[in-house]
Amino acid sequence: MSFFRNAQKLLRQNIREYGMYIALFVIMAIFTYTTEGVFISPRNISNLFNQTGYIAILAVGMTLVIVIRHIDLSVGFLAGFLGAVAATALVFWKLPLIVVIVLVLLLGILAGLITSFPVAQLKIPSFVASLAAMLIYRGALVLATIKTGTIVIPDPIFNAIGNGYIPDLPILADFLPNIHKLTLLIGLLAVILFVISEISSRRKKQAYNFEVLSMDMFILKLVFVSALVGGITWVLAGYNGISWTLVIVLVVVALYHFITTQTVLGRHIYAIGGNPEAAELSGISVKNLTYIVFGSMGLLTALSGILFTSRLQSATTTAGTLFELDAIAAAYVGGVSAAGGVGKVTGSIIGALVMMSLTSGMNLMGIDISLQYIVRGAVLVAAVVFDVTTRTSSK
Amino acid sequence: MSTPILEMQHITKEFPGVKALNDVSFRVAAGEIHCLVGENGAGKSTLMKVLSGVYPHGSYSGDILFNGQAQKFSGIRDSEKAGIAIIYQELALVPEMTVFENIFLGNEIHNGFTVDWNETIKRATEMLTKVHLDVNPEMKIKDLGVGKQQLIEIAKALSKHVQLLILDEPTAALNETDSENLLDLLRGLKDHGVTCILISHKLKEVISIADSVTVLRDGKTICTLDAHQGEVSEAVLIKHMVGREIDNIYPPRQRMASEEILLEVRNWSAYDPNLGRNVLKEISFNVKKGEIIGFAGLMGSGRTELAKSIFGNPGGYHIQGEMYLRGVQQNFSHPQQAISAGVAYVTEDRKGNGLILIQDVKQNITLANLRAISERGVVDSNAEVKVANEYKTSLNIKTPTVEQTVGNLSGGNQQKVSVAKWLFVKPDLLILDEPTRGIDVGAKYEIYTIMTRLVEQGLSIIMISSELPEILGMSDRVYIVSSGKITGELPAGEATQEKIMHLATN
Repeated sequence: MSFFRNAQKLLRQNIREYGMYIALFVIMAIFTYTTEGVFISPRNISNLFNQTGYIAILAVGMTLVIVIRHIDLSVGFLAGFLGAVAATALVFWKLPLIVVIVLVLLLGILAGLITSFPVAQLKIPSFVASLAAMLIYRGALVLATIKTGTIVIPDPIFNAIGNGYIPDLPILADFLPNIHKLTLLIGLLAVILFVISEISSRRKKQAYNFEVLSMDMFILKLVFVSALVGGITWVLAGYNGISWTLVIVLVVVALYHFITTQTVLGRHIYAIGGNPEAAELSGISVKNLTYIVFGSMGLLTALSGILFTSRLQSATTTAGTLFELDAIAAAYVGGVSAAGGVGKVTGSIIGALVMMSLTSGMNLMGIDISLQYIVRGAVLVAAVVFDVTTRTSSK
Repeated sequence: MSTPILEMQHITKEFPGVKALNDVSFRVAAGEIHCLVGENGAGKSTLMKVLSGVYPHGSYSGDILFNGQAQKFSGIRDSEKAGIAIIYQELALVPEMTVFENIFLGNEIHNGFTVDWNETIKRATEMLTKVHLDVNPEMKIKDLGVGKQQLIEIAKALSKHVQLLILDEPTAALNETDSENLLDLLRGLKDHGVTCILISHKLKEVISIADSVTVLRDGKTICTLDAHQGEVSEAVLIKHMVGREIDNIYPPRQRMASEEILLEVRNWSAYDPNLGRNVLKEISFNVKKGEIIGFAGLMGSGRTELAKSIFGNPGGYHIQGEMYLRGVQQNFSHPQQAISAGVAYVTEDRKGNGLILIQDVKQNITLANLRAISERGVVDSNAEVKVANEYKTSLNIKTPTVEQTVGNLSGGNQQKVSVAKWLFVKPDLLILDEPTRGIDVGAKYEIYTIMTRLVEQGLSIIMISSELPEILGMSDRVYIVSSGKITGELPAGEATQEKIMHLATN
């Protein structure tokens, strides 16, 4: 009995954090039922992750922008424009792939810095500054593709970024022939690392007499997360394994999760979001950090542009349309607070996954696009209402 | 006198993990001025929020009887309709609107759909006369001082035909003249039949104005005293508030008269481009090692501006003049440089620009010096917890753990977190701006003890304060600031309240 009481208590205390995961689970379960299992099929899940990739990357950068109480509306068309630059550099300038990628990433940083210049220097609201930048990048995108129309990219390595999968271990070719072994191995390692780090963090907290989860709840959490990771790994391994897109997203999330939770830089970013004046008086340069956060947004926008262009294997005139709103929606669904100072990178990723699951599931069901927009809008507002109400009632 | 206008019976209000009010009963007679005193966190503000409907009926247990009738307020609107108005410490006026718009805000005089501005201005003028305030009703709120804004809040309450007026620390931000005016006004309102509940930390004020006093401690009613029976004195109140006798308000200390000059500022002027005028004019002063320097003066005299202009100038003033720290000339262009040079500044407004209320105790303590507990940019969370716990112990910060959110702590403990944060940067010069504002007697004494300990360790302290007894009790030397200039310097032995007030109003 006490097990269920503990579980109930845990759920009630952390409803805001777990709510998102539960919502994702429910959405996935519903679609699995309505599509008679097609939704949860290895092929669809693999596709779902690849489609979420470029929005997820933007949502990570947007999380930090919103945490410091700003917004960046320019990222959609900037991603499209930088994708077109990558295509032009590969196809017409015939630059080597690695040079193109580095060039585009640097251009992304530069664009982010330019967008944030009026914000950091003159305290112009970022809504206005990035709206202006959005129009400018949209014009630049049209300009870059006007002569040629769609630029088709023939480079197989570049196209593998958005479409390819990691290779399997060749030595085990005969063992479990239809399963991607390296994917399984990575999944297994991830589960082991997770369990070890959770146990050591629990021990550390106990050493300081901090409140920790009760033992049964702790085990439940370990089992639950391990099963989740294991399940996803198994599904992916049954198809083509882990895609390069997923690898890139995981690396970006891990890096940004580390920066936001463990570093001085991350602390300073959240301090500015929590109280900019107090942060400034604590010796933190709000101006410099505004540049850094927007610069990182630009970098991730470039990465997102590369992913998207690679996925389509071409640059188009309309690439990137409304990406910014998808990214912002993902962040809000993921629990980032518009008031600043609150929000997790991992939450935004779940948010992106929720939004993309809705699209994918409704597509499979053959629901009309008009209705899809209405449903996604309703889910966005429901998520924010849920977030705000649980936040105030916990006080 | 004995008919109660208000009776609150057995009020209990719980927050997650805390019983803020525990079976509190509170009775106010019609037509009296009833003071509510208690340490920070004693439950005064919570009780008033229950009364005014901020915490709606059902979120607490107990009964409220107003004019003999049971009330179930579900919001401020309900309590206002019943004739209860509450004026908070943080004023609820719209700075960009005019005086008359503010007085009738949410209560507009209208003919059908349109506002009758002429009638509004006429009625506003009447209200202003009632509170003895001589300002043009068409002025904007932002152009008035805090004292006048406070009176406008009262005018606003009166315009709603209030029977019971609640004031939460109305004089905390006022100078002595404005405070005296305000208290006079309350006495006048009493003669017109308005009952008044006054929350205050200033015990002298309480004694001079109260008909009766209720003391709260730890969420419980300790006693209600009748001022006309001669039961109320400062010592009695303090005893009830803290549950023990305090002999000395200021801790004894050895005056360390070092001759070594730590900070010297010469001909320091600052022009504020936002205000379009000089906020500091030709200021010169020095601070010796191990000294507590008091900066006295009225609100708006330029003391906070002086502190900020020294501390890396975050306000963006145009500065002229020279500053020497340990004999070396310095030009700080950002607080970061001031911090590196060994200067720390505890702001006067801990909620506004001092602390990050949504973060926890340890994050606030380490914020200004994260590099000390990090390696290659990665924060060592063990070291952080250790540091925070050390300050929790040494400054006696009352919090269950250092992972508690700072916004949940009481004012005095928030102030200690603020001080801890700045001690952790290991400064040589600590600037304290109104270090004891809005905190209770017990916590004040603790802050004073900490200051004493610090100067004995060789730190120098600049203390900016509007409370003259505190300036006199703690300082080695006092500078008096008035209208952006230093109008006098007095050694501790020669300073008296009268002399300081004389120079401050120069």
